[in-house]
Amino acid sequence: MISLYLAQRTWAHRLPAWLKLGALAILSLLVTPLDSLPVMMALLLAALVLYAALGREAVRQIALLRPLLPLLVILFAFHLWSGDARLGAVSVLRILGIVMIANAVTMTTRMDEMMDAIEPLLRPLALFGVAPRAVALMVAMMIRFVPLIFALWEALNEAYRARTGRRGGWRLLAPFCIQTLRLSNHVAEALAARGGAPRANRR
Amino acid sequence: MNAITRERSLVQIALYAAIIAAMGLMPKFELPFGVPITSQSMGIMLAGVMLGAWRGAAAVALFLLAVALGAPLLAGGRGGIGVFFGPSAGFLLCYPLSAFVAGLLMQGLRSRAVLPSAFLAAVVGGILVLYPFGIAGLSLLGGLSLADAAKACLIFIPGDTVKAVLVALIAQTVARGLPEALLSRA
Repeated sequence: MISLYLAQRTWAHRLPAWLKLGALAILSLLVTPLDSLPVMMALLLAALVLYAALGREAVRQIALLRPLLPLLVILFAFHLWSGDARLGAVSVLRILGIVMIANAVTMTTRMDEMMDAIEPLLRPLALFGVAPRAVALMVAMMIRFVPLIFALWEALNEAYRARTGRRGGWRLLAPFCIQTLRLSNHVAEALAARGGAPRANRR
Repeated sequence: MNAITRERSLVQIALYAAIIAAMGLMPKFELPFGVPITSQSMGIMLAGVMLGAWRGAAAVALFLLAVALGAPLLAGGRGGIGVFFGPSAGFLLCYPLSAFVAGLLMQGLRSRAVLPSAFLAAVVGGILVLYPFGIAGLSLLGGLSLADAAKACLIFIPGDTVKAVLVALIAQTVARGLPEALLSRA
């Protein structure tokens, strides 16, 4: 996995997460209704300056935007086709600028800091008996499960290949679902045996 | 609710969130005419069909939360807050509702055969509910008219229909092999 996060600390790492997230929210609300070409060019320029100020590692992360490019090309083509190239340029520049700035927030904020920053937003979940700490636990569990799932799939695939000489492909999905359910039951038992997931205080 | 049921629900939610993530990391395959299918939206349908409305929606929401926190788990290795400002933001934000509706239908049709009800649930949740939001999002963020945005999204419908068929086949096989694994009906 290629994470966006920059391990090398920069000045932006020192800013509190809530400040960065708040600034991003305000910026996105400000630029979304605008459709002036100079403003969007300034936005993209600001994003590029921000990356340059974060250092060479940050500039290299721009390459991670590549999956977005085909979508933007299609978007621009649609605008061109309906005869408004200017609006197309505005839309593409706006998306590119705001995505880059949002990525910069992710690049300079550790996952646990981000979790702490959004904890107040999760507090209403206590009404349903879900503690914010349980959410943090589930995020951690989920991320731990991803490589486990790949290992499980690989094991099924190898067994299938040993029997038939072909790749399993989608045929493995059903046994896979059953295996993962077994896995989740074991984890749930282990979790319950260790005192269970954090509970919301409902006093 | 006794203690272990609660833990079991939480772990299943985390597990399905991880399955959705894993599907996004798998290499994509292509339909004839070069229409790409990523398996991720199949994960959304699957979560709803397998877990039922609330747990399915929670699994999808948890997945999106991890993405927003910076895990590069979306198809193509994307992640971070940036993806919620990209052209497909409308689809992403509707995913939990999509899984919820699929799960609700699956629960509502519990007395019917698994294969057709799972297919119906996946199509309604994963296409009929999802596309209006996705199209509106693309129109809003991309500055396209609704009709143009709809045209741009239509090429994905054949792929999503294939995914709904696969989801139905999986649900049926699981229901046969280990009925209690189909939690939406347990």
